[in-house]
Amino acid sequence: MNPHMSQRFSMQRLLAITRKETLQVFRDPSTLLVAFVLPLVLLLLFAYAVSLDTRNVRIGVVLESDTEAAQSLAAAFAGSRYFAVTPTRDRREAAPLLTAGKLRGYVVIPQDFDRRLQQFPPQSVVQVITDGTQPNTATFVANYARGTVQQWLQDRGVMPTQPVALQQRFWFNPEMETRRALVPGALAIIMTMIGTLLTALVVAREWERGTMEGLFATPATPLEILTGKLVPYFVLGLLATALTTAMAVWVFGIPLRGSVFTLLFLSAVFLLPALGQGLLISTLARNQFIASQVALLAGFLPAFLLSGFLFEISSMPLPLQLLTHLVPARYFNSALQTVFLAGDVWPLLWPAIGAMFLLGVILMALVARNTRKSLER
Amino acid sequence: MAESQPGGIELQGVVKRFPQVTALDGISATIRAGQLTGLVGPDGAGKTTLMRLMAGLLRPDAGHITVAGADTVQQQHLIATGVGYMPQRFGLYEDLSVLENLSLYAQLRQLPAAEQKRTWERLLEFTRLAPFSKRLAGKLSGGMKQKLGLACALMGRPQVLLLDEPSVGVDPVSRQELWRMVGELTDSGMAVVWSTAYLDEAEQCRHVLLLNQGQLAFDGPPGALTGRLQGRSFRLPNPRGDRRHLLQRALDLPAVSDGVIQGHAVRLVAEADADLQPLQVLAASAGSQLEAVAPRFEDAFVSLLGGGPGGTSVIAELMEPVSLESDIAVACSNLTRRFGDFVATDDVSFEVRQGEIFGLLGPNGAGKSTTFKMLCGLLKPSTGQAQVVGLDLARAASEAKNRLGYMAQKFSLYGLLSVRQNLEFAAGVYGLTGACKQQRIDEMVDVFELRPLLDSAPDDLSLGYKQRLALACSLMHRPPVLFLDEPTSGVDPITRREFWTHINGLVRKGVTVMVTTHFMDEAEYCDRVALMYRSRLIALDTPDGLKREAAHHGDEELTMEEAFIRLIERADLSELPV
Amino acid sequence: MGARYTRIRAQVVKEMLSILRDPKSRFILLGPPLMQLFIFSFAMTLEVSNIDVALLNRDSGAASVEFIQQLEASDLVRRTHRVANEKELARLVDTQQVIAGIVIADNFSARVASGEGGELQVILDGRKANTSQITLGYLQTIAGNVSATIQSHGSRGASDPATVRHWFNPNLTYRWFVVPSLTGILVMLMALMVTALSIARERELGTFDQLLVSPCTPTEIIIAKTIPAFLVGLVLGCVMMAAAIFLFGVPFTGSLWLLLVCMMLFILSVVGIGLMISSVCSTQQQAILGIFAIVVPVVIMSGFATPIENMPRVLQWIAEAIPLKHFLIILQGSFLKSLPPQQVFANAWPLAVIALVTLTLATRMVRSKLQ
Repeated sequence: MNPHMSQRFSMQRLLAITRKETLQVFRDPSTLLVAFVLPLVLLLLFAYAVSLDTRNVRIGVVLESDTEAAQSLAAAFAGSRYFAVTPTRDRREAAPLLTAGKLRGYVVIPQDFDRRLQQFPPQSVVQVITDGTQPNTATFVANYARGTVQQWLQDRGVMPTQPVALQQRFWFNPEMETRRALVPGALAIIMTMIGTLLTALVVAREWERGTMEGLFATPATPLEILTGKLVPYFVLGLLATALTTAMAVWVFGIPLRGSVFTLLFLSAVFLLPALGQGLLISTLARNQFIASQVALLAGFLPAFLLSGFLFEISSMPLPLQLLTHLVPARYFNSALQTVFLAGDVWPLLWPAIGAMFLLGVILMALVARNTRKSLER
Repeated sequence: MAESQPGGIELQGVVKRFPQVTALDGISATIRAGQLTGLVGPDGAGKTTLMRLMAGLLRPDAGHITVAGADTVQQQHLIATGVGYMPQRFGLYEDLSVLENLSLYAQLRQLPAAEQKRTWERLLEFTRLAPFSKRLAGKLSGGMKQKLGLACALMGRPQVLLLDEPSVGVDPVSRQELWRMVGELTDSGMAVVWSTAYLDEAEQCRHVLLLNQGQLAFDGPPGALTGRLQGRSFRLPNPRGDRRHLLQRALDLPAVSDGVIQGHAVRLVAEADADLQPLQVLAASAGSQLEAVAPRFEDAFVSLLGGGPGGTSVIAELMEPVSLESDIAVACSNLTRRFGDFVATDDVSFEVRQGEIFGLLGPNGAGKSTTFKMLCGLLKPSTGQAQVVGLDLARAASEAKNRLGYMAQKFSLYGLLSVRQNLEFAAGVYGLTGACKQQRIDEMVDVFELRPLLDSAPDDLSLGYKQRLALACSLMHRPPVLFLDEPTSGVDPITRREFWTHINGLVRKGVTVMVTTHFMDEAEYCDRVALMYRSRLIALDTPDGLKREAAHHGDEELTMEEAFIRLIERADLSELPV
Repeated sequence: MGARYTRIRAQVVKEMLSILRDPKSRFILLGPPLMQLFIFSFAMTLEVSNIDVALLNRDSGAASVEFIQQLEASDLVRRTHRVANEKELARLVDTQQVIAGIVIADNFSARVASGEGGELQVILDGRKANTSQITLGYLQTIAGNVSATIQSHGSRGASDPATVRHWFNPNLTYRWFVVPSLTGILVMLMALMVTALSIARERELGTFDQLLVSPCTPTEIIIAKTIPAFLVGLVLGCVMMAAAIFLFGVPFTGSLWLLLVCMMLFILSVVGIGLMISSVCSTQQQAILGIFAIVVPVVIMSGFATPIENMPRVLQWIAEAIPLKHFLIILQGSFLKSLPPQQVFANAWPLAVIALVTLTLATRMVRSKLQ
């Protein structure tokens, strides 16, 4: 038997360490900043600043023809809620605006517009030029401009209705507000920050200030020390979840279709790998600067980029897709979106919970292996 | 082999290797219960490593350590219960209050709830920290932090107490209290190990282990080591003229192995079986005579480690004599600094003459750091003014700063730069260029014997070399005024002597030195000493003058430390409400 | 003046050495940013490929056969799960095994044939807002193609009422957008790190006092802290631009010199922010968290993630004060648009103003902190 383990686990010591850690959390303004203020700022930004639902995109309409039909199409563009239109008469006026970034694209209604309308079915009645430097917006402009023209053609009866049409329904988010998809995802990032970044910093700080030596000289076992450190951050993480959820539901109007219990349960399971990662980083680094760099690189950025929060995982190159399976936020993100927008879909949640739990156990085992009650490296 | 006592420590052939060095090379010794054992040795001798081994935090590569009957490797969990350990930079949680720190350690040691309160009260009373129990540990003074650290280490009523350099940065008053506390503990049967670089402390221990380069150089009562020096310690009382110069000349004699200044006398240690004739001649020439005195532990320590350095500082020899336009090198008048409601320095005025060593002393938190910082321009005074070489720091900042050198307590060197790059940086920020810069750097490298180390990182140097490098950097521009902030804190006696050799040499060239220190024997080197207490200047005199002032009756001979403590106590009394 | 120059030079040499002497810190400067450039440029794509859909087909007519053929032939669709009933379809959508479910009603082909027009019901996963919208776009294209095939009886080719041309990036290669923008973001991050940490580190180690007792004035200290961060940012920027052009094959069409001048202005403004952070923080940990608290919102609001014109008015005003916003326009323009000089200037002067403001404020803040 490992001689260090021959000692009995003591609840009293665990509580003492937990209490100390909790006091420290509440006395350090930078911890509170990361735990409560930053989440609020992020939530606000994700709710208001990051919006993938594009509205009022600035486009130009170049009216080279003066006919009634051309005027009517221009009016259709002007009336669209998707576009904010700058009318011009000459494409030489519109082109520099596009280069300058003042316009995201422009629609040319050509001189021979009426002649082109005569064909059946009408082909290339207008020309759409987009600014390809921002591919997203360019795609948007192209699609919605095409849609506007098509609708106008159908309304005028110039073009027959398509024989095959799509009738779409967006489940879980009928209005297609990106906020609804982003805010639950933001929660995953906030939790990663508390779980990984804060934990990595606090344990490294204990090494740097030499307090770890003092703790090791007491009868406290490594298990007690680690658990004692985890508990407050675990609770802090759950508090942040509750706060963020309350904000999301009451301030930003995000529905919570699943149960609060499921949400908290998921968060609790997610905190396992998140805290484990933070502890592992700090036991290996023992230095705040390096710990924060690694936490940023291995914790925060993957939670942002490889979790499927903003970027679709299935579209990534295969090596990156495989890598995402090691990112706990990946499972948490889809589980959160489901609990908020769809409900308690257990067939989806169980595998996610299982994966997070497994990652957590592996990380914690690595932590336990690397923490001996000794100053030997 | 002797059966170890129940409460003591048994070291058997302990070896500890690190990738670079062998820190401990076969240490065997016995540490007994009920007595205070001093662990001394020069920097890098392996004191801290041995402490950590005894606390079970490191494992020996060979040999065994038995602490209070338990093996440190096989029964580590028993060590943790039976041993109180106070690491060098004690791990107090600075953002927790005194009481919260105590409560944490009480619970970690699983004191029964009923007993906890009693234990705290006992410890708070014992450490006299009761009035500060709500204060955050980070806001305590250095001395109070150490006492709190001791209280935490004592929490579980350990059988063995390990204290790693508990008195570094602690003023004489607090140090006296630490001693009192430890004395009470050993009387109750505890084994206490006190590691220290201060040899007056070692002298007070019952038993001493002297480590040098990983080996046990001496093991026994301090008197046994001191006894070897019988008949080799002398004093030259009341010499004529400059006693620092006399010391320098004495140290340059082959018969003299070591020497220090002690108030108005010079204290010397002769080489074994040396011919004392030249020494007597020297004494006579200074109008004094050789007086045999009882050897001190420090004499024996230095002699065991091969004697002190010579008396002549090459750097001082190279330097051109300094002459200032005015006699007054540093002056301050009505200097006051407030931080919010708190007045850190209250209406302090004094003048330092050119070529003087001026000491600024006081207990932790008395305001000497604040005063010192205002004098060298790191802090702006709230009211009053400070002048260096006649220049107002507030106005001619750059010009005044060019004429002062500064060496901080922590030897602030750039750890990421090599030794050479540190020197070049120091030369550059003081505006040295070209051939002049190269010449100065070469001088410093030669004088401080830094050449083989030019490409190493400062962090890899021993404390002594770090101190040399820091001094070299602050002397690069040959400043007429030198500010030293606790320059020898935690440094061993030999390095300290070398340092003072340089300082003495510089002062002889007309350099003015301002110094803060907790070493009372260093205060003896000063021409004049200012004593600060509770933000005010309570005494300003020569060291002997201060001793006379503190003495109860005319012929009472006090040490500097006793004088310090008395003056502080007197100031306390005078502040009592009448 | 000579002494002042010597002092500044000594400090700059010291700063450069403390950044570059140690191989580990040299690596930290270049390694992670380049690694991030590579990983991000592959991970960050809003293009959608490898779509999985569920298909519930209750019809066996010609139109449905045609549709299914075209659906399965599409490059973008990876798998089509055939399901037998709505429940199964719902399960696949619920558990995110498919992004969309398509229901073909039993009268679909009949309605198409009769000219009434057939409707396909498409169910999309609204949890993935972006992906589902793009998927809908693809399905609409397929439906359009099917319609054209049916109308022209065999001859394929959609009747597209609009000719679309994407200027500057004809194939809408996402990487052409991501890589130049990342260059700006990573240069900002590095310049912030180098400046903000250098003062905090000196404070923690105590060397700052040493510097303050030397004759160096606060202005000199700030100049000396600015130059290395400036050089590091510039070198990093150039390396990443070279990587963008030669490794990622992003076309560079603008003026390199103008871009370099703008990059200098940009770095200066960022260094000013870094100095402000470091004058407020007393430890490295606070500086790190401070940088973190600044960088994340700045990147979100810079127009990199989403167009600024979609944000609320207040945020749009704030965005004007973000140097990254202006620099991203210059960067993207210089790479792809051969941005004319007057347009470069239009975005460069705000950078100059921000740099002036942040550096002045930083000097003030550091100076007041010194006393």
